[in-house]
Parts: sequence; structure tokens; C-alpha cells
Amino acid sequence: MSQTKDVLTTPILKNNPIALQILGICSALAVTSNLATAFVMSLAVITVTAFSNFFVSLIRNHIPGNIRIIVQMTIIASLVIVVDQFLKAFAYEISKQLSVFVGLIITNCIVMGRAEAFAMKNPPIPSFFDGVGNGLGYALVLMFVGFIRELFGSGSLFGIEILPLINNGGWYQGNGLLLLPPSAFFIIGLFIWGLRALRKEQVEKPEYVMAPNSKKGAA
Amino acid sequence: MEQYISLAVKAIFVENMALAFFLGMCTFLAISKKVQTAIGLGVAVVVVLVITVPVNNLIFNYLLREGALAWAGYPDVDLSFLGYISYIGVIAAIVQILEMFLDKFVPALYNALGVFLPLITVNCAIMGAALFMVERDYTFGESVVYGAGAGLGWAFAITALAGIREKLKYSDVPEGLRGLGITFITVGLMSLGFMSFSGVQL
Repeated sequence: MSQTKDVLTTPILKNNPIALQILGICSALAVTSNLATAFVMSLAVITVTAFSNFFVSLIRNHIPGNIRIIVQMTIIASLVIVVDQFLKAFAYEISKQLSVFVGLIITNCIVMGRAEAFAMKNPPIPSFFDGVGNGLGYALVLMFVGFIRELFGSGSLFGIEILPLINNGGWYQGNGLLLLPPSAFFIIGLFIWGLRALRKEQVEKPEYVMAPNSKKGAA
Repeated sequence: MEQYISLAVKAIFVENMALAFFLGMCTFLAISKKVQTAIGLGVAVVVVLVITVPVNNLIFNYLLREGALAWAGYPDVDLSFLGYISYIGVIAAIVQILEMFLDKFVPALYNALGVFLPLITVNCAIMGAALFMVERDYTFGESVVYGAGAGLGWAFAITALAGIREKLKYSDVPEGLRGLGITFITVGLMSLGFMSFSGVQL
């Protein structure tokens, strides 16, 4: 049981797919200008990762090594089609806003990466939880970025006004930069900084170290 | 002719795959430490995009779209929900074929691009371009131009980032920001620069 818990919780902070494994960044940036889309996107990714891990792991002993990528792709693509049709049927507005990004879950490296790295070597149940955990780690970053961008960019959360805007007779001047795409990069960059300040072991080694100034004080 | 030029400029600068839509980010961040490899990957992406976008365009128009199967005697069939699986299948297959073709006939190019080709299958820029092509309903000619433009834009962006990162490694970056963090912020600044193109009226 504790192992399941480990599999589920490590990817959230300790081994976050976005901040540490550099996986699945594409969609993390584009869908976060408001919380509602970020939330739906997170749910979609959690579902797809969990089930693709589960199914890949179920048939892992029957997949010939050299065509495994295509087999995984087929499983993932089928799952994404199901999710996409579901969204079109029950949340049409949001599926319109997400536009191509639902389809891009197929090429989201988290799904592929976890299928390859975890599901191919482990039994179905832990794989399922690994999928959920990595999905949650992704969701955490997505929701964090979405929260900041929507709250400070347009003064609302889930479309409900929190900080009354000047245009509507309130006092808050929305920060337009946060609604533009580049802000997502800054927020994720700072998020990584924050995470690594808390967890020193995640800091990367410098590629190039300046030689210490040996004549310090002598000049 | 004019519309093709304006579409190309739009695809390269205004709607840059990497910096405006964040597609192909995983490889964009992971393989941009050296200018040399970045150029290799960029060229590979251009080649694959120029081939896959038009092919997917044909598949969409003659097999999947609503009423597209009229030539086969099934005017009411709408297979557009099979889109994702067909596009990714086409991309994976073409990348594989391209790899074998280059290996056999153009070994020099194969040695230069070899390592990157398998990576390209999971590059969101390729899939993204196919999906944008479908969403915006490009004709065959437009899809060729769009594929080339999107690929060139992506190649420019990754080369520029690699150039910056080559210099950046000599700078004294705060501990937690080192590596991935500062790269994100650099890309953010580049993306801010590229936004100035959005004012260009064509």
C-alpha cells in the first residue's frame, strides 16, 4: 500500500514531470490563460496518462520491442479520441477554446514518456497510479500557472470576478502581460526556481565553472 | 501568389510554432544547448513538416472529411473523428520511411539527422501543424506553404535559442534558476520579442 502511495505522490513535487523531467511543456503554456481550460486540460491529461499506462502495461509482455512506439501511439491516440469526443459532447465551449491542444495530448511527452519508462516494466495497477501521479504533477503546475494568470491578468477565478476591474467600476487594473503567452514562460521559470530553492537536490550542476580568483586581495 | 507569401510570413514570424504556440517545446528546451545540433534538428523538422502536412491534407480531404468518401460511393460517411489516429499514424510512418530512405540514398544527410528523426514523431510541432491545417481548412497548395513556413519558423527559433544558451553558460545564474529555469525565462523574453510581429498587417 505504501508503495502505491509513493508511486502516486513522488511525481507531484519530488519528481515533477514539468519542472524536473522536462516533459509535456507544450500544452502547459498554451492553455493556462484561464483556470477553467487549465482545469479541463489537467483532467484530460490525468485520464489519458492513467489509462494509457494501464493498457500499455497490460499488454507489455506481448509487444514486440521494435514496434512498441507505434503500439503505444495507437493506444494513446484512441484514448485521446475518446476524451475529445466526450468533451465535444459535454463541454463544447471549453473544447472549442482548447482547440488543437486536446489532440496534442497524443504527442504530450508525459504520456509517451511514462508509458515507455514505467508502464513497460511494471504491472498494470502501479502503472495506473503512476499515470495518475504524473498527471497530478502536471495538473499542479498547470493550475498554479492558470491561477496566477487569471487572477492577476483578468481579476477573476473560473470566470468569477475576485478583484473588481477598473473597467467595471472597481479598483484593480488588470495586468495585460499575464494574458499574453510569454508570461507563462516567466511563471514556470519562477515556479522552478521556487521548487528548487526548497529542494536543493534538484539544482542542476553548472556546465562551466569560473576559475576562482586566485589573486584576490593580492592586487 | 500573394496569399502564399503572406501565409508563409505569417507561419514563420507572426504565428511562430515555438514562440507563439509553444509547440515542440520538449525538444525545443532539451536539444538547444549547441547551435550545431539545433540546426540539424531544425532542418529535420522542416523536411518532415513539408512532407507530412500536405499528406495529411490529402488524407483529410479525400478520406476523412464529411462527405469525402463520395468518390467511393459513401456520400454520408463522416470519419473526421478518426483524425488524430490517422495523422499520428501518417507522421510515424513517414518519419520511419524517411529514415530508411535517407539511410539508403543520402547517407551524409542521414548521419547528420539520424539521431533526431525518431524524436520528431513525438514533436508536438508536427502534430500541431497537421491539426492547425485541418482547423483552418487549408487547400493543398496552402498546406505545402504552411508546412514549410511553420518548419522554418521553428528552426529559426531553436537556432536562436541555442545561440543564446551557448553564451549563457558562462554567466553566473542564481542556483535554483540554473539550467531549466533560466532557459524558460530566456524563451519567455524571445517570445515577447516575437510578439512584436503580431502587429504586422499583411
